Amino acid sequence: MKRGLISVLFFVILIGIWEAIAISGKFSPVLFPRCEQIVEYLWQSTCDGSLINATLVTLRRLILGYAIGLAFGIPLGFLSARFRFFHDTIGLLALGFQTLPSVCWVPVALLWFGQTEQALLFVVVMGTLWSVVIATEGGVRAMPPIYVRSALTMGSKGLHTWIHVIFPASLPYLVGGMKQGWAFAWRSLMAAEIFVTILTGFGLGQLLHYGRDLNAMDQVFGVMLVIVVIGLLVDRILFSPWEAFLHRRWGTSAAS
Amino acid sequence: MSLEQELENALPDRIELRDICKTFIGRKQTTIALEQIQLSIAEGEFVCLVGPSGCGKSTLLNIIAGLEKPDSGEVLISGEPINGPGRDRMVMFQEHALFPWLDVLDNVLFGLKLKPGLAAKERLEVAKYYLQLVGLEHVEKSNIHELSGGMKQRVAFARVLAPNPRVLLMDEPFAALDALTREQLYGDIQRIWQARRKTIVFVTHNVREAVCLGDRVILFSPNPGRIFQEFEVPLPRPRDINSVSLAEYSLRITATLKGFTNPETNQVAE
Repeated sequence: MKRGLISVLFFVILIGIWEAIAISGKFSPVLFPRCEQIVEYLWQSTCDGSLINATLVTLRRLILGYAIGLAFGIPLGFLSARFRFFHDTIGLLALGFQTLPSVCWVPVALLWFGQTEQALLFVVVMGTLWSVVIATEGGVRAMPPIYVRSALTMGSKGLHTWIHVIFPASLPYLVGGMKQGWAFAWRSLMAAEIFVTILTGFGLGQLLHYGRDLNAMDQVFGVMLVIVVIGLLVDRILFSPWEAFLHRRWGTSAAS
Repeated sequence: MSLEQELENALPDRIELRDICKTFIGRKQTTIALEQIQLSIAEGEFVCLVGPSGCGKSTLLNIIAGLEKPDSGEVLISGEPINGPGRDRMVMFQEHALFPWLDVLDNVLFGLKLKPGLAAKERLEVAKYYLQLVGLEHVEKSNIHELSGGMKQRVAFARVLAPNPRVLLMDEPFAALDALTREQLYGDIQRIWQARRKTIVFVTHNVREAVCLGDRVILFSPNPGRIFQEFEVPLPRPRDINSVSLAEYSLRITATLKGFTNPETNQVAE
């Protein structure tokens, strides 16, 4: 309760400082809009549906790309951690591509797929996949080998060991991989939406981009705020309960 | 298979080791971990392997478990050569090796689920029976991290007992526990061994622990790892680790041990 109060107080002060600077008139109101203007933009664009629509378009792209990244990244990470052949091939490839900022895939995506949904999806998947592979591989390698040995002596082998030992034993590390994958997916989608204009749907990134074109700083900050809030909500809704469960089971101390 | 049959004592197995050799080739030096080990362990016998660190006793246990392969020689269980790990030989490690993603009961059930011929209800009863045997029926829903070190080893003990193996292999299972908990467990393990009659191979570097538990104490010497001497322990059971007769007997073994251990690297507890 007290901690919640401190958080609220902190943000109230932060908004107060912003408002004070905006009112002081030191900067042009075009570049430094007051809080009311941002709130007004948010309200209006919510009422006319443009913001909601853009959010839905973005989330659809994000979830699809993230799901594909996980569906391929987690199995590849496991294979890479357990078999030398995969480590020396897929693992190396992942390591290389992971160092490539995802926005670097935009030119390729545009030339291969044109201004289409597939281009955006391609960028998101490329941004997500490799970091998930690397994080999963690291997680599985960090798993204490005693679990598998102990399971072997109890008669577990092959697929049974994978499903009942290796997978659950690496869960705490997998969450890390999935969180990182999420962060990468979010970033690459925003980069892609800002650079690629497609007519089948305006996402938040595109809304942000037009805000710049129109010199509408209230729109720019408003959209940024929405992006931040979505990131926070996903962390709270998707990952927090899972992490809390793992902390309870494993007895690792939750960040407090 | 009925529950009564399941809980009946399985016939303990005879273990025979023939000419076991194992060499580890490192970057700097080659270690002969085991050289020409010959050993027969009778049905239902409690044998302790004792020796300083690096004498190959844990390696030998892993070979019997089927987790490692010897360079030459073979392990026979009741006359049959082994082929990898098997449910007939359960291993208890120095670390408890319990699975943190399962609660206490599910940990004990893990090995049982891999044993064919048991219905879910029977498995549950068997698991509860063994949890009761180690005195932990009240924590069956607890998470592993909520238990003390001694309780964890007790759960690990219930877990290896539950599938009713004929051989138990124990690799310094009490080494990481405090003295008081250890003494309790010496009592438990003797009681359960007498009730459930299994062939037990117990690795330790603690001579008194070995004398307290074993029918026979087998002393290993390092570099190359060999059987140095065997001692039959004639003391009556149950044995108390603090008794005078036990201490006197331990002293004889310790004296032999000192004969070949370098005092500077002496890691053998008396």
